[in-house]
Amino acid sequence: MTKDITLDYVSVQFGDYVAVDGAHLTIQGGEFFSFLGPSGCGKTTLLRCISGFQEPTAGQIRIGGKDMRGIGPNKRPTALIFQNLALFPLMSVADNIAFPLEVRGVDRKTRRRRADELLELIALSGQGDKRISELSGGQKQRVAIARALAVEPDILLLDEPLSALDLKLRQHMRRELRAIQKQVGLTFIYITHDQGEALTMSDRVAVMSRGRIEQVGDARAVYDQPRTAFVASFVGENNALTGRVLGRENGLSTLDLGLPAPVRVATASGPGAKLAPGAECMAFVRPEALRPCAPDAPNAFPATVIREEFEGAQRHLVLETPGPGPAAGPAAGPAAPRELRMTLVNDDRDAAFGPGAAISVGFAPDMACALPPGELASA
Amino acid sequence: MSGLRAFFAGFVDRNGLPVAIYLGLAVTIWVFLLVALPQLAMLDFSFRHNLPPSKMGGPEDVYTLEQYRYFFLGSEIGGGDWNALDIGVLFKTLLAAVAVTLIDLAICYPVAYLLAHSARGAAGRLMVLALIVPFWVNEILRAFAFRILFGATGVINEAGMAMGLWSAPIDFVGEDVALYAGLSYAYILLMIFPLYNAIESLDRNQIEAARDMGASRIQVHWKVVIPYAKPGIASGSTMVFMLTAGALAAPQILGGPSNLWFTQIVYQWFNDGGNWPRGSAYAIVLLAVCIGFVMLMMRVFRVSIGAIGR
Repeated sequence: MTKDITLDYVSVQFGDYVAVDGAHLTIQGGEFFSFLGPSGCGKTTLLRCISGFQEPTAGQIRIGGKDMRGIGPNKRPTALIFQNLALFPLMSVADNIAFPLEVRGVDRKTRRRRADELLELIALSGQGDKRISELSGGQKQRVAIARALAVEPDILLLDEPLSALDLKLRQHMRRELRAIQKQVGLTFIYITHDQGEALTMSDRVAVMSRGRIEQVGDARAVYDQPRTAFVASFVGENNALTGRVLGRENGLSTLDLGLPAPVRVATASGPGAKLAPGAECMAFVRPEALRPCAPDAPNAFPATVIREEFEGAQRHLVLETPGPGPAAGPAAGPAAPRELRMTLVNDDRDAAFGPGAAISVGFAPDMACALPPGELASA
Repeated sequence: MSGLRAFFAGFVDRNGLPVAIYLGLAVTIWVFLLVALPQLAMLDFSFRHNLPPSKMGGPEDVYTLEQYRYFFLGSEIGGGDWNALDIGVLFKTLLAAVAVTLIDLAICYPVAYLLAHSARGAAGRLMVLALIVPFWVNEILRAFAFRILFGATGVINEAGMAMGLWSAPIDFVGEDVALYAGLSYAYILLMIFPLYNAIESLDRNQIEAARDMGASRIQVHWKVVIPYAKPGIASGSTMVFMLTAGALAAPQILGGPSNLWFTQIVYQWFNDGGNWPRGSAYAIVLLAVCIGFVMLMMRVFRVSIGAIGR
């Protein structure tokens, strides 16, 4: 019963504005797939294409091998959960859930039975006669899911459904959504700008920027092996250092990043492996990959502590190191200071650093990556 | 009562004493002088005999149900049977007002929906303007224009015959087509704007959600948009119905030879008959029946009176 969804070079253009640019991927049936990107990256437009509210200007969308062009949203095997849920305020909870059945002419008794089944699934048994306004945010969320599941669609599309909830509830709903997805075995296509949501729930994530799909992979791949500067800077926090490739051997590239000494970064695979000596590059070092170290350790460089942000389990240190910032090219000269972030676990291994302390920090070569220069995600 | 006082105290605090006094006076004058007093005067009139001025205030000037008796039972010479003519005209008027209301609703709902959810920017403003501008022309002129349009040698007959659609002039005026068209047109704005206001506030996602869940376009309207717009529909329908039932100029000008609108009877009693008490009684009957009918409809369609004020 599971149907693959294929986006075959789908583009959407509004006048001169390209909202989606050649999206090309296949989502496996039964997968929890997320589109992750900042607002305006085209992810909602893409979702509207899959649900049938928007026709692509170019390309083809196939669901279970069937071309969806010209098929309206009410005829597709998809169910969309809107950002604001779009529950019907004038109907009871059960009537909301049974609405898809009602419009298909299912009789009242069957509708009620199916609504009760779904209420049980979302742990709201016996609350079918309540009004929508009597429910809490999380309950409304679950009612929206139940309503979408009422006619057993093949694919559930979710447009940032958790964005209106507070943090605790959001984290709870992540687990719940994932559990419901496993239970019903449907394909979930999830749209979000919240990488935490995308990474924790999804089997695979497509990271989008400016209408283009930058990278598709599981959570670890997009976090640990970003393929573009945008992905590296958008998914999780990252320190970007611009520089130049000096040489490459044994899967390690030597980079001049404007630091006192060249550093070595693992480039065994991925786009970094294609960087030839002399090429401009961007190196990315995660805050948690940076560590205080001896001044003569490999990849060590001096830095000055600007301030410490204490967050309980973690300590974030804002460091300054001479060299070109992420925005400037190598031409900006080595003198311009740049900020780096270092995250330490709050145990007693590392001393407290006061502002102004001069320390040495470094990173393991395989904890960083080198990529061709590209646009960074704006903070 | 204390709630009312708290409201006034809060109102004075927020707006200052002069504004509060002005608004208080304006509301009082509006409600008492312009609404309640004339109606009370009419009510008082309706329970009196029709006396020449010299006898007013004299011993014969007593309260009586004579005028209402006349409406229901006709003149005493008639033998005490029901006053079938006047009661018949009242029902015909109500029926016609219902018909006009339904026509306006049918015309305005799609327009209001398009205006609220499809027309954007300049196109939307142009549509609203196109709706309003015709109402700058005064009512009598518009009614006569319709008469000319629908007359035996009017544009519509001429065009229809020229195109060979019909051979002899159709008596649109005699068949009340002109009357219904004129009345429907006269109050169309009073239907459009409440509908527009109601539909406009509907979250577009609800429409899309219904579509996504398999509803056809008609089902979307029937099950989502119309229930949501019900207060607006009630508000617009009430206004159109009340004003149509109380219209005088349009029926006078556009009504066919056999047509008699209830307001015309009222007018005749006041003006031609010189019988103000009877005219008042008829007017009160019209008012009471209209209010009763509206209340009944609101109960049938489960709209609360408060919803109309939205």
